Amino acid sequence: MKLTIPEEELMYEGTVDCQGCGASLAMRYALKALGKKTFVVIPACCWSIIAGPFPYSSLQVPLYHTAFETAAIVSSGIKAGLEMKGIDATVMAWAGDGGTFDIGIQALSGVAERNDDILYVCYDNEAYMNTGIQRSSATPFKAWTTTTPRKYPKARPKKDIDEILVAHEVPYVATASVSYPEDFIKKLQKAKEIKGTRFIHVLAPCPTGWRSLPEHTIKLARLAVQTCIFPIYEVENGKYKINIKPKNPKPVDEYLKLQGRFRHLTEKDIKDIQEITIKKWKKLLRKEEFS
Amino acid sequence: MVKKVIYGNHAVSYGAKDARAEVIAAYPITPQTQVVELLSEFCASGELNAKFIKVESEHSAMAACVGASATGARAFTATSSHGLALMHEMLHWASNARHPVVMANINRAMGPPWNIWTDQNDSIAQRDTGWLQFYCSTNQEVYDTTLMAFKICENDKVLLPGMLSLDAFVLSHTSEVVDMPPQEEIDEFLPPYNAKYKLDLEDPRAFGSLMFPDWYYELKYHQQTSMEEALKVVEKVGKEFGDRFGRHYGLVEEYRIEDAEIILVVSGTIAQTSKEAVDVLRKEGMKVGLVRMRTFRPFPKEKIRKIASKVNKIIVIDRSISFGSEGAFFTETKACLYNEKDRPEIWGVIIGLGGRDVTVEDITKIAKKGKDGKFKINEINWWGVKL
Amino acid sequence: MEEELYEVRFHGRGGQGAVTAATILADAAFREGKDVQAFPIFGVERRGAPVAAFMRMDAKPIDIKTQIYEPDSIVVLDSTLLEVVDVAKGLKENGKIIINSSKNASEFDFGKAKVYTIDATAIAVKHGLGTKTNPIVNTAILGAYSKAVGNVSIEAIEEAINEKAPRKKEENKKAAREAYEKIRGG
Repeated sequence: MKLTIPEEELMYEGTVDCQGCGASLAMRYALKALGKKTFVVIPACCWSIIAGPFPYSSLQVPLYHTAFETAAIVSSGIKAGLEMKGIDATVMAWAGDGGTFDIGIQALSGVAERNDDILYVCYDNEAYMNTGIQRSSATPFKAWTTTTPRKYPKARPKKDIDEILVAHEVPYVATASVSYPEDFIKKLQKAKEIKGTRFIHVLAPCPTGWRSLPEHTIKLARLAVQTCIFPIYEVENGKYKINIKPKNPKPVDEYLKLQGRFRHLTEKDIKDIQEITIKKWKKLLRKEEFS
Repeated sequence: MVKKVIYGNHAVSYGAKDARAEVIAAYPITPQTQVVELLSEFCASGELNAKFIKVESEHSAMAACVGASATGARAFTATSSHGLALMHEMLHWASNARHPVVMANINRAMGPPWNIWTDQNDSIAQRDTGWLQFYCSTNQEVYDTTLMAFKICENDKVLLPGMLSLDAFVLSHTSEVVDMPPQEEIDEFLPPYNAKYKLDLEDPRAFGSLMFPDWYYELKYHQQTSMEEALKVVEKVGKEFGDRFGRHYGLVEEYRIEDAEIILVVSGTIAQTSKEAVDVLRKEGMKVGLVRMRTFRPFPKEKIRKIASKVNKIIVIDRSISFGSEGAFFTETKACLYNEKDRPEIWGVIIGLGGRDVTVEDITKIAKKGKDGKFKINEINWWGVKL
Repeated sequence: MEEELYEVRFHGRGGQGAVTAATILADAAFREGKDVQAFPIFGVERRGAPVAAFMRMDAKPIDIKTQIYEPDSIVVLDSTLLEVVDVAKGLKENGKIIINSSKNASEFDFGKAKVYTIDATAIAVKHGLGTKTNPIVNTAILGAYSKAVGNVSIEAIEEAINEKAPRKKEENKKAAREAYEKIRGG
């Protein structure tokens, strides 16, 4: 049998993540793709815990924990230091959506504008899960969180972080899903060979925060793609390519109904989300066409 | 040996260059800009082989230095006032992670209202971040302290970051003669930083992992003992520097205190001006001396106790204020004398906030008022406040 | 005089190079073995607005770090400032004032102060320093200072120009030398 995913494991078993954690799976794939010559930088996020408390580490590569808003710039600092020491390696910032979309966006923008030579991976579980499910700017429209109660769910759409990175004209921006590991790994491997700021945004379902079943993690991540809620595409030097194109997008309801965070949605809400989703999807198709 | 007439800011730049900083990350702020401008030129021309990351904020400047230092690289930055305040979180990070980052801070008042002139509230407000703090009073000392700071901070027994402060404009924009030793001699004094702990592919470890109460406390203990150790290292490095280059430095500079009955405790450029004041008063027959505070963290308690044991009166002059309390050097000086048997009388004066000029006449008047016992005790003595 | 602290104040307009003049003078005095300081008035400099700069020299190490309130001499780079700034403020008795002006020194009255004039603008323009509307007069006026005050040699000023002038070093040195020779008054 030909394996499409590298066999090497650089993440130990037995981490302290929740059952069905998408973020944990994402890291496992990422290190398989990048290999041993990788430095990982983790700001405050679920992974600050998953990486293990002192004196343990769940990773077999050097790991630096840093402050919430600094994943990108600390990675740049590490890269600069390594370059001065003549060490050639990938420096990967590994941050959640809060540390990327919100508090970390300033430093990330600075790094991207300078095109510092780092790989930035945002594992997106669509809320502040580590602190107990508070809304972030990555939280989807109408979703419940502990700061957007069911009576007043999130009133604004998810921030389009990928377009923000594309606007920085960095060499590589990509989205990925833990349900499409070959695609994710291919993108990581491609990004590894590119010089400059590379940004990969991977959707990582969170059963705890999404109020979904742990065994639905893969299914949900796949449905997010198949409904076009989370399209899988890449932008290489400004050129868009949609990697996974559902011929007949599934209704968003199939994705939403498996998650308790959308339990309160009315029929109208679902209709609105459906319309927004398809409108955005068509826009993306046009971007691919015209880029 | 090169002697040049240069700005205090450029003394910082030359210091960082001659120390062979490897990664520099900085963000411009008045009155620090000349530091980074000249360093950019050094890096661009290849005079200094370093990576210069032109970050989007001071917070990121310190974060980049933290990252670079974690790889064992010699990291440097410079800032001032609001820039330093923005760094606050990462100052803790650098210290708690035991990264010997060196930074120059141009002492500038905090706004609002906007004020670009000097006082020490910016750096004093960072007293508990675990950084060594040095206060300079000449451009020569700025250059020398930049070199020494790396050696002190990188010492195995210290491994803490260090900040040297210089007064806005009074040093930053003032040209003075600075003597810079040949590079080979500096390299002998300050060899490359060989980090004991660093991010390493061969020995992959996690830095800064979650630590429970069962061990965190011990780390804090070690941070404190390293600070205490730094007291000795500052003196040792200052002596070695002096033996090599002819300019000796210690935790404090004692000026004409041998038979003094009253001493002034001062830091920064006011301390330098105070030397002139001491000379004037000595000519008039007053037995006055000066203790110029070079270090604020670690605070040289033993040194102060020893000096205080021989005098009757101490006047501490602060160019900062901890609102609701008093001047920072005053608090510290008093505190370390509390358990002494023969304590001198001690008063605190606050002066020169926001860059108000402090003249020789101000200092002579302060000394005389102290001698006459006319200062208020247990209260702030404001100097020249318009009410 | 040379054994004592000597302080100079420069008056100019933002962009005229008063701060550079103070720095070059300090550099020149340093070359003759003095300890020196040069600094701008501590503030926000705007192009065209009145600015001041200071220079301090002494055979002994200088400790004081204060501003200068009672200068020994004053250098005025722009005579239009005489109408808006009290340029002689604090000048020591029998101090010297060097003014960039085409007028004779006797046309100015500053009490006991000795007044010197030099048409530094004409000299600067002649040597191609700056433009007619915005001449760079700071090196020329230093030549005049050297002659008028006599505590820093013209040779040292030329050397300092070599070190500190960002460009047109030769022209700047020639301008200083010409002003040194043409200064009037005293």
